[in-house]
Amino acid sequence: MRLTLRVWRQRDAGAPGAMTTYEVDGISEDMSFLEMLDTLNERLILDGEDPVAFDHDCREGICGACSLVINGDAHGPERTTTCQLHMRSFADGDSIDVEPWRAAAFPVVKDLVVDRSAFDRIIQSGGYVSVPTGSAPEAHATPVPKADADHAFENAECIGCGACVAACPNGSAMLFTAAKVNHLNVLPQGAPERESRVLDMVATMDAEGFGGCTLAGECATACPKGIPLPSITAMNKEWLRATRKGRKS
Amino acid sequence: MVLATRTDRDPSLLRTLWGSTIGKKAVMAVSGLIMLGYLVAHVAGNLKVFFGPEEFNGYAHWLRTIGAPVLHYEWMLWIVRVVLLASIVAHAVSAYQLSRRDIRARPVKYAHKRPRASYATRTMRWGGIIVGLFVVWHILDLTTLTVNPNAQPGRPYENVVATFSTWYGNVIYLVAMLAVGLHVRHGFWSAAQTLGAGSASRDRALKTVANGLALVLTAGFVAVPVAVMTGLVS
Repeated sequence: MRLTLRVWRQRDAGAPGAMTTYEVDGISEDMSFLEMLDTLNERLILDGEDPVAFDHDCREGICGACSLVINGDAHGPERTTTCQLHMRSFADGDSIDVEPWRAAAFPVVKDLVVDRSAFDRIIQSGGYVSVPTGSAPEAHATPVPKADADHAFENAECIGCGACVAACPNGSAMLFTAAKVNHLNVLPQGAPERESRVLDMVATMDAEGFGGCTLAGECATACPKGIPLPSITAMNKEWLRATRKGRKS
Repeated sequence: MVLATRTDRDPSLLRTLWGSTIGKKAVMAVSGLIMLGYLVAHVAGNLKVFFGPEEFNGYAHWLRTIGAPVLHYEWMLWIVRVVLLASIVAHAVSAYQLSRRDIRARPVKYAHKRPRASYATRTMRWGGIIVGLFVVWHILDLTTLTVNPNAQPGRPYENVVATFSTWYGNVIYLVAMLAVGLHVRHGFWSAAQTLGAGSASRDRALKTVANGLALVLTAGFVAVPVAVMTGLVS
């Protein structure tokens, strides 16, 4: 395959960036999108140019490190992560635009790499369960209804990649925060911190400069793990409940 | 293990609501639902125009006597007006502040553009501004009668016919009612999500109600100028 890439190049956080055009040839349709970029980078290195910086880690769709907005879609045209997107989703001669996640809360570090530590700070403010250390408790000691377990697991699938923020026209982190809040708030282990968790995580989310939710639904469409839009509704319910009841911890 | 105990007092409910994007959206949802409830009553009253000038003008007079003899003449009308004014202010201020925030949160646009979300969703902000401007015109036209071509106090039937006998009266009204329909279509469903009333199993029902409300309101409101234009009401 022969492709024309338009890639966002930006030297560092302070420098202005621009879309730069590259021609790549000899791309196999069995390559992943990141392997295609690797091919481009190998050539750039041989030519003595600066390779395109992009985030990646496991390359098997579970770590949440890879990003990239491809032709306007977070993680590209398939409902998966960029590392699991293969070049067979494109045709020979295609022109492909590659951009970083765009959000005020995700500043560009270099080229296609953005700083997603705002997500870490949201997690730090309540995305955990406080337990005394020691040996692991007997798993069957705390019964969890099947429906609750399913609901928790559906939300626990979030890998924190930030595609929801990238796809949202408001750069909102509601789907990410909702996934984390729902995951823990529905489980008995998360119950003692149920109110403070949602209040603190939403407060941190707002403080980080993410936008608000207008229920456009772009986040849930882009999410590679299929976190559903009703997760946001469920978090709104949790937040209003916690505001009414006041924090308990 | 000693855990730190928070000693600071929780802020008031109102402050918590207004200080959070979720709370502010809830204010927008509740104020929007109040105005939506008013619109349903408004459209039902409008349709009395089809029963002739006596019944329509009599209905308009009755609106001023609701609650009598407990309430004085026009008191109920003023209570409704105050509630609506508070709703409009709350709705508009929260929408303005949240929109400002949303635009700031996405300072750099994507180079590769594609249409996002549904038409009703994308037109919420502009549609809301159009409806807001229309309300000002509407009050000047049929409440204060400042811009009404007929301007007879106590004769709303004749004033309505006079407004819809002008081309600009019809254009302004029809555009605004389409905007109302689109606004309600996304707004009602969205308000349900914001207030935590939506769920995967209830989603289809909520969307049906939202579409039904949008259709009934737009069709009901548009029926009056169309009737005047076609000579059914004169």
